[in-house]
Amino acid sequence: MAFLLALVGAGFGAYLHQLNVGLAVTGMGRDVSWGLYIAQFTFLVGVAASAVMLVLPYYLHDHKAFGKITVLGEFLSVAAVIMCITFIFVDLGRPDRVMNVLLYPSPTSILFWDMVVLNGYLLINLVTGWTVLESDKKGLPPPAWVKPLIYLSIPWAISIHTVTAFIYAGLPGRHFWLTAIMAPRFLASAFASGPALLILLCLILRRFGGFDAGTKAIQTLAKIVAYALATSVFFVLVELFTAFYSQIPGHMHPLTYLFVGLEGQTFVARAMSLAAVLALVSLVLLIVPRTRQSEPLLALACAGTFVALWIEKGLGLVVTGFVPTPLERVPVYVPTAPEIAITMGVWALGLFLITGLYRIFVAVRRET
Amino acid sequence: MAPTRRDFLKMAGLTAAVLVLPPRLAGGADKVVTPSAAPLPLAGPGRRWAMAVEPRKCRPDCRACIDACHGVHNVPDFGNPKDDVHWIGRAPMGKVFPAETHAGLPETLRGLPVPVLCNHCINPPCVRVCPTKATFQRADGIVVMDYHRCIGCRFCMAACPYGARSMNWRDPRPFVAKLNVDFPTRTQGVVEKCNFCEERLAKGLPPACVVACPEKALTFGDLEDPRSAVRELLGRHFSLRRRPELGTEPQIYYIL
Repeated sequence: MAFLLALVGAGFGAYLHQLNVGLAVTGMGRDVSWGLYIAQFTFLVGVAASAVMLVLPYYLHDHKAFGKITVLGEFLSVAAVIMCITFIFVDLGRPDRVMNVLLYPSPTSILFWDMVVLNGYLLINLVTGWTVLESDKKGLPPPAWVKPLIYLSIPWAISIHTVTAFIYAGLPGRHFWLTAIMAPRFLASAFASGPALLILLCLILRRFGGFDAGTKAIQTLAKIVAYALATSVFFVLVELFTAFYSQIPGHMHPLTYLFVGLEGQTFVARAMSLAAVLALVSLVLLIVPRTRQSEPLLALACAGTFVALWIEKGLGLVVTGFVPTPLERVPVYVPTAPEIAITMGVWALGLFLITGLYRIFVAVRRET
Repeated sequence: MAPTRRDFLKMAGLTAAVLVLPPRLAGGADKVVTPSAAPLPLAGPGRRWAMAVEPRKCRPDCRACIDACHGVHNVPDFGNPKDDVHWIGRAPMGKVFPAETHAGLPETLRGLPVPVLCNHCINPPCVRVCPTKATFQRADGIVVMDYHRCIGCRFCMAACPYGARSMNWRDPRPFVAKLNVDFPTRTQGVVEKCNFCEERLAKGLPPACVVACPEKALTFGDLEDPRSAVRELLGRHFSLRRRPELGTEPQIYYIL
């Protein structure tokens, strides 16, 4: 925890520098005007999905194995959404004016709706997670009013991904983003990356935290990751088919940049090759029952899934949308040291929150 | 209807009189005859401001329109492409109109520098996406910004299909070469772009770039007025707009 706090401190220092000099300290510029920050936000909206993949089977299908850990999912969502909001905040050129979004509400702007759904999701998960845990502590069943809120959280989780995808998918002239499959793709990759992280956290809690989520719960989650990852890979292949069979240059160029590189710019493409390998290996490990049931291999597959989808959404998706530029250039984007420090600081803040919330969770569970 | 012989003679006589007579007798020096500099009606509703650009008239290394615009609007020059802020830029024709370019097009045309600026779209995506209404559209079609409301989220930059918008990645004031005290500067962290010289239109003056162009390659006017210079020009020539297939209805017309 001290290490995390040190990272938060370093990130905060870098942020003060950014506040002073301006966003010029980042690698962003005229052509790639969104970078690492907005990409992290996009990826973490996905991680926030983990809750719904526990809540839905437990509350709608009475999948008892998840009963012990729905709160873990909700707390992970809370931390992820707080990271999302922080990443948007550090990306603003004039953070002092952030309240203008509320003072001049603009329903035609998807960013306005994203603010609404993200804050709503944060509130729902905080309240439901906390209330369920509190009643557990008292040894009582959760109060009746919390049930509708939990049901509401299911479509709400879908909405945060859909609205975030719409930020990109509704922009004319950015061919890479302008695709109806963007929202389904977001959902698929979210339902893989979130639960993958949750499995890793459960394995860590079992080994070091003195809390056992149960093999059945972990194995069900692993199957969810397998299905979601397979769907995610399938959706990417569908995109590739449409672009390269139709041979429309505007559709092919960004995908070529993403997977092979354009005009010597191969940084993103090399990362994506790694992501592709990791995703395929993880998928095999998750599908084959024997490897899925082996704990070390499952951990490996989940880490692989998480990293692969982080590269896809936390790096590739945002930058590639700006390629080529409206004037047909292939821009260069390399994150700078302050930008990376701030990014790591926000991640550390999120992990700090997760650690704190999970400690409370484990403490309560030990008492009962 | 084709002009009759009588019309032709009348026109020829008038033209000759204008050319021969000293300016004062021909109607005064302030009533300039060239259509692009005709006095403009004041800005307001019921108008649709538009610009016709004739890049073939441009001199190869001319920057008159850019310098004039950036001078009056205190546009900073950071001296590096990453932080670049501009209201008017120049790009080769082949990059501005990639769909209209092919291998048979002579290099002189493909490499022809074309002035590019905000298109003041009738259906502007930047206005739609702005979460604070800092970017908005006036009744006369001009897409303007409130630099005091912009939060610097840059959604508009992602939404603009023309790359017409610039972010102040750092404090622009030290990078303004010569301050024009009649126009505000911007602060660090806000987006800016061409405003079609709305501050000049309010005084009945045409945009600074139009006035500065030594070749009269830029023609500005009210598209709603059938007698305006821009309508007249667009009526006589075939013109292109950037990426019309996107449905943004750009109001900068290129005659190539």
